[in-house]
Formats: sequence, structure tokens, C-alpha cells
Amino acid sequence: MEDFIYFFTFQDPSIVWVVLGITLLGIGSAYVGTFSFLDKKALLGDAISHAVLPGICLGFMLAGEKNPVYIVTGAFLSGGVATFLSSWLKRNTKLSEDTIIATILSVFFGFGIVLLTSLQKSGNPEIAGLNSFIFGNAIGISESDLMLYGGLSLVIIVVLTLMLKEFRLMVFDPEYGKAIGFPMKAISFLFNVLMILAVVIGIQAIGVVLMAALLITPGAAARFWTDRLNPLLILAAVFSVLSGILGTYVSFVLPQMPTGPWVVVFLSMFALISFLISPKSGIISRYFSRKKYLRKTHRDHLMKALYKAKEGGKNGLPVEEIYELYPYQKAETSKSIKYLDRSQFIVKNQYVISLTEKGISDAMRIVRLHRLWELYLNESMNIAPDHVHDSAEQLEHLITPELEALLEKRLNYPTLDPHQETIPRENHDLR
Amino acid sequence: MTFDSNAFLIIFTGSLIAISCGFLGVFMMLRKMSMTGDAISHAVLPGIVIGYFVSGSQRSLEVIIGAGFLGILATLMIDWLRKKARVQLDASIGITFTLLFAIGIILINLLAYKVDLDQECVLYGEIAYLPIDSWITKSGLNLGPRITWLAGLNFFFVIGFIYLLFKELVLTSFDENFSSVMGIPSKGVNLALMSIVSYTTVSSFESVGAILVVALLVVPPATAFLWTKSLMPLLKLTAAMGISISVLGYYLAYWIDSSIAGMMVTVAGVFFGISVLIHGKKPAWFRGTSPANQPFGV
Repeated sequence: MEDFIYFFTFQDPSIVWVVLGITLLGIGSAYVGTFSFLDKKALLGDAISHAVLPGICLGFMLAGEKNPVYIVTGAFLSGGVATFLSSWLKRNTKLSEDTIIATILSVFFGFGIVLLTSLQKSGNPEIAGLNSFIFGNAIGISESDLMLYGGLSLVIIVVLTLMLKEFRLMVFDPEYGKAIGFPMKAISFLFNVLMILAVVIGIQAIGVVLMAALLITPGAAARFWTDRLNPLLILAAVFSVLSGILGTYVSFVLPQMPTGPWVVVFLSMFALISFLISPKSGIISRYFSRKKYLRKTHRDHLMKALYKAKEGGKNGLPVEEIYELYPYQKAETSKSIKYLDRSQFIVKNQYVISLTEKGISDAMRIVRLHRLWELYLNESMNIAPDHVHDSAEQLEHLITPELEALLEKRLNYPTLDPHQETIPRENHDLR
Repeated sequence: MTFDSNAFLIIFTGSLIAISCGFLGVFMMLRKMSMTGDAISHAVLPGIVIGYFVSGSQRSLEVIIGAGFLGILATLMIDWLRKKARVQLDASIGITFTLLFAIGIILINLLAYKVDLDQECVLYGEIAYLPIDSWITKSGLNLGPRITWLAGLNFFFVIGFIYLLFKELVLTSFDENFSSVMGIPSKGVNLALMSIVSYTTVSSFESVGAILVVALLVVPPATAFLWTKSLMPLLKLTAAMGISISVLGYYLAYWIDSSIAGMMVTVAGVFFGISVLIHGKKPAWFRGTSPANQPFGV
């Protein structure tokens, strides 16, 4: 608890620096990543983050020491070559996109390892610091490095915010953008530059392998909560910053723990929770709405059976017979009967179930929709009368009153369906 | 040049690994699952760490079981995210492998006192130390390098797998619907392929490293695909390329004194680049400026 207070009151200036750095970095990569996620290029970030390795090594060789400017420039250039090559290969070969990305990723990384091994064998004592560029070390970044990386992140954030409209066009409708006179090629070039920049900065905090998470996961998680771009970007940034701070906190409390992996674990937790509980498209809510729908269709079918019995001259159906209609669904059927009884659609009279006045008019609507749709399929689509039942069985639950009116009008208020059964209306004399 | 038994062993082992990976890679590429291979090779890390922790040794059966299990878990998780949570495929892959790799690194740090592993060794590997690491039986008999045996075993597993399931693999790769009509359990075949990919990753990660396994899974098949489209030539070309990059990679690495596995991949990359230049679609300036063979051109 003491650690918690010490950390979150930001008494220690070094904590302030690290948190500030990881916040800027998180916002920058979440912004860029969300755009690339929407552009369906999520794994390009992974390829870039592996592809910067040769650049880092070459920058180190040229500078002869761990000079951040040389290394960042080298990383940036080799990331750029990889990005260019991936789009060039996509245009000029028949290989699929994932093969191209995997090829670029592994070849660049392999070449990087060749350079890195040569460097290690050359015996330069500064080489140890190079590992933190590859595996990331958020705590180990010095204040002066932080100024450089934080500043670059700030540049990314500002440019993306100022040119939101242009990037929105790039992601959603580049053709339209071109037609109304935006230089789409230049815009997507600028976006690639920002993306490579975000990767190059991010790697030092989180490492080559895990950088992909910083780009992909916030956007994917936020996508479950909103359909609009601005809230999406803000939410992605919030997820990213929260995970960044939580990850830093864990490695502050448990010093042997690395920051990067914890950031990724927290990010993934946010994402998995979003996938599960998001009200619109989450797995749980979809499960329940499906269940609800299935229950309603079962009730509708039950009412229809009762209505048909009434059409056949019977007053109702015995409970046993209803259960026999739906084998293996006993629990479901008994639930439906209870529900219908409670909402006064049916009455139970000595084990015989019959429709109430309210029940008849509801059942009539379902039967009407069923038979109207059968007739429509038969007349307008030329489908044989013995083939129309299954489709109608599905559609009767979905047809809206507006659609019903349209069908009635199109079919000219018919009285008989293709099976020569009456299409019941409110003034029908059945009751 | 005299016969160097160490060089021969390294090249031989490298070829075995390259061919096993390449054969599996051909089928992965045909199923558009190259990035899934990448994901699996990262995702096996927690399995390796747990297996190592349980058994206390890096070369035990538990490690292989753990990694195989994690490989299948990764495949299932990608599938679950894509189908049930409806996340787009590339994002599902990205989320899955980063989460599992992060858990792996956390486990390494948590068990650091017990597990002598680091992420560098998982990512890079080094085949050059292979002749030193011999497999010695209890009676003191030296049977030669352990990793060569592992690679050989893996090679026979892969060949056996492809030989036995050839029809199923081909059908499910090219036409999944038709294969389900034929009664082939395409999901089962897929899981079997993924588990053998995870097994190959584990048995190779010590010598060539996880990312270079990805390279061997992807680059030779991609290069061969630029030359031919039919399956048997594809497999043959992949195998031939596996052997030649082992030979060239070894001697080039020896020459500049660097990582052999890294050099193998670099050579593969050069082969790929040359193939693209020969067989890629030619840009307009390459053909010349006069559009002669366009009779209906404007």
C-alpha cells in the first residue's frame, strides 16, 4: 500500500518521467495502431518492429557507440525500406499479403542477427546497451533519451490530430478522397512515416516482439465499444495509457519484473474483457440476445400450433400433445407455457391448453405473416409450394408491420396461401 | 578444402531443419496461414518455460509437450477471437501471440532462480555450438550431437506426417468445403498441422531460434511459389533451397564470423529477392515504352 501511495502521488521525479514517457508513447502508438487496425494492416506494425533490427545495428556500427540519434535514424530507415518493400512486393508478385509480411519480417530480422552477432564478436563494451533496444527496458531509459522519444511521440500525436480528416479518408474511402482532390498517396506516405516512427520509439520501451501489441490491441479493444472514429481513438489511448501506467507500477513494486510484458498483459486483459462484456457486440450479450430470440421463436411456434388446432375445430391441445410436438425440448417448452400463461396469451383448463382472446390475435398475426410470406415466395419468386415452408418458418418472426403492409399491398390482400389455407385477418370469424 | 566433420554436421542439421520447416511451410502458405506460423513460434514460449520448470531440464519431454500444448492453444485462441469475438484475423493473431509471449517472459522472470532461459536464446539460437553438445548414453557411448538427432527425428515426423496425411492436407488446403463434403475432418487436420508446427518450433528453437524458424517456414516456400504453382515441384524446390541456404549460409557465416542461422535466413532472403526480380510482374519501364502488343490499346 505504501508503494502504491508512493507511486501514484508521483513524489519520485524519475517515476514522473517514466510515467510521462509511457503515457505519450502509449497515446502515440494507440493512435497510429488504431488507424492501421481500421486499414486492415495490423500486422505491418509487427513486420516493421522486427525489421528495424538491421538499422539499429548499422546505426550503432556507424556511430561506434550507443548514440540515440544514429540508432533511431538507422531504425527509421530500415523500417522504411521494409514498409516500401512490402507494398512493392504486394503490387509486383502473386504472393499473399501474410506471406509477404512474414517474409519481410523474418529476412530483415535474420540479417539483423547476422549484424548483431558480428558486433558482439567485435568485443565493443557498449554492446550490452543495445539489447535494451531489442527487448525494451522502459525503466532503464534515461531522462535525455526520454526527451527525444517523448518529443517524437508528441509530434506523432499532434500531426495525427491536426490531419484527422485526411487520415479518416485514407482509412475509410481513399477513392472518394482522391476524387475530391486530396493527395492520397502523400497522405498514406505520411501515415507510414508516422507508423515507423511510433514503432521505433516504442521498441525501446517494450521490445521488438511485443511492439505489435501496443499497436493492435488498444484499437481492437476500443472497437467493441463504439462505431465512431473520435471516441474510438480516445478510448484506445485511454486503454493504452492505463496499461502503461499499471505495467510500470508492477515493475516498480516487483523490481525483477520487466515492464513491457506487464503492459501487454494488462492491455490484453482490457481487450478480453471488452470482447466479453461489451453491450453491443460482446460475446456475453450476443449469447443472451440469441437465447432470448430462440425463446421467442419457440413461443411463436407454440402459439401457431394452438391456432392451427383451433382452425381444425379443436378448442385447445392437451399438454401431453404439446410436449410431443417438440421432442427433446421439454424444459424449453414448459418455460414457454409458463411465460404465455403469465402474460395471459393462453389458459390452462384441466390439462387442455387453449388460446385466450389476446392470444388468438397474436397467433393470428404470426400465422398471417407465415402464410403471406409463403404466398409471396410462391407467386413472385416462382418457388414451388412445397418448398416455401422452411423459409417462412424463419421469416415469420422477423417481418415488421411496415413490411407486412407492403406484402399485403403487393399481393393484393389475398385470402388463401399456396396450400389453400386461409390467411387470417383481424375480422376473421374464427373466434 | 579438407573434409570438416563439424561443418558437415552443422550443414546436415541445418538442412534437416530447413527441409522440415519448408515442407510444413508450403502447406501453411497454401492455407494463407504464414503469420499463424509466426504466432505459434512466439506463443510456445510459456509452454517451454513451464515444461522446463516442471522437469528441470531444457531437453525433456515435458518441454516438448508444454510447447505443443501452447501451440494448439494459440491456434484455438486465434480461431476463437476470429469466430466468436469477431475480431479481424490479423488483429487476432497479433493479440494472441503478444499476450502469450509476454506471459512467457513474465514466467521466465518469475522463475529466474530455477530456469536458466532468456528470451535472447529463444529468439536467436545458435547452431554453431552444436558439435560440442553431444548425446552421451549412460554407458558413456558418444552418439554424436544431440541436436542433430532431434532434427533428424523431427524430419522423420514431418515426412511421415505429410506422407500419411498427404491427400487430406492437399484437399483441405485447396478446397475446404469440398474436403468436408468428402468427410475429411478439416478442423482436425488443421490442428494436427498446427501441433506438428509447434513441435518443429520447439525442436528447432535451440539451434536456430524462434524467429528464424519462421523464416524457414515462410521464405523457401514463398520463393518456390514464385517459380511454380504445382505442389510437387513446390516441395522439391523448397527442399533444394533448404539445402543450398544451409551450405551457403554456413560458409558465409564462417567467412565473416557471424551467426550461421542468421546468415542462412539472409541467403534465403537474397534468393527470394532474385526470384522476385526474375519472376515478379515487370514494371512498364522494363518492357520499354512502346506498348506494341496491345492491339486494342488507346
